[in-house]
Amino acid sequence: MARASDEEDWADWMRAAIAGDGAAYRRVLEAVTPFLRGLARRGFARAGLSPAEAEDVVQEALLAIHLKRHTWDTARPIGPWLSAIARNKLVDALRRRPTAAHVPIDDLLETLPAAGGAEMEEGQELDRLLEQLGGRQRDIVRALSLEGRSAREAAQQFSMSEGAVRVALHRALKALALISGRQTA
Amino acid sequence: MRTNELISALVQDQAMRRWRLEGVLLCGLAIGGGMTALGFLAGLGLRPDLESAVMTLRVLLKLVVSLGLLVVCAGLTLRLARPGVPVGGWRWGAPALALLLAGAVAAELLATPPASWSARMMGQNALFCLALIPALAAGPLACLLLALRQGAPIRPGLSGALAGLAAGGMGAAFYALHCIDDSPLFLVVWYGLGIGFVALLGAVLGRYWLRW
Repeated sequence: MARASDEEDWADWMRAAIAGDGAAYRRVLEAVTPFLRGLARRGFARAGLSPAEAEDVVQEALLAIHLKRHTWDTARPIGPWLSAIARNKLVDALRRRPTAAHVPIDDLLETLPAAGGAEMEEGQELDRLLEQLGGRQRDIVRALSLEGRSAREAAQQFSMSEGAVRVALHRALKALALISGRQTA
Repeated sequence: MRTNELISALVQDQAMRRWRLEGVLLCGLAIGGGMTALGFLAGLGLRPDLESAVMTLRVLLKLVVSLGLLVVCAGLTLRLARPGVPVGGWRWGAPALALLLAGAVAAELLATPPASWSARMMGQNALFCLALIPALAAGPLACLLLALRQGAPIRPGLSGALAGLAAGGMGAAFYALHCIDDSPLFLVVWYGLGIGFVALLGAVLGRYWLRW
């Protein structure tokens, strides 16, 4: 579990983010990532899977947190909300996999790496889903994530308005969450 | 894709729903209720003796149980549509309704001669009731599921089933204003079957439609 003081910071930042503070939003997403990662890795280890593969769960949880952030009741603690979403994505991911190989859990727990910096961790699932998305939506998500562009830069690159880029981004993220969910249904 | 790259994309999407989930759900209930009311008035209408009947315990029970189911299940779906929120006091709603029904059935069995039980249970319009409660509940069910898609139900099947029970309660409350079979025995069997069917439908639809 996260420490109570951390959670209070996260809640403050998330409230600021909901009020439109982009910097606070980045701060809260980056701050909760190690917490989500710990939860996902413990879940994978318990299921006899390699914790190193849990990053896809972290990313799917971040995507869900983003698209469903209006379901957090700002008067309530944020920890249970985050955990419930992450656990939900973990269960989906475990259900998608064929029966786990039987690796002794103790071995895996010993190899559990210390929560590394977010910048080092890489997932594969979203790249695969992006391929399914195709077209302009895929290009825009790529430009804003992999290529690290801002919405304004992407707007110039694709000769679109900045607003249109953001609309396309929002639709693309929703579509990604939808196809990801459909795989489990 | 690296996780920090994903975060870079997420922070640039500023679109966010501003409606509170409570409002969306109430709106869905209101629109669904309107659809049911229209269908009811167009196709069924009130029973002729409603004014005197509504004062009898049996008819009152039908209304209380149906509306109770609507309120309890709508409250539960709202709780379950927000991840990490405890169910709280709503959990006692279903047992309370079950207790009320059990008491009513027991009272009916005590108050009436055994020879009349089967006729009371079968009523006069059993199949009619069985078909009409789901028909009246269809609109509210669709509206509630649509509203729930704005939330994040952790257990989509359960949320769908509860939406079905709430919609079934709505349908049953209206149908009770038309129906002349007043025995609690009839209520438990036929209303129960009709509402149960809507709940089943809600569970199946929810499993696919309420994923996120």
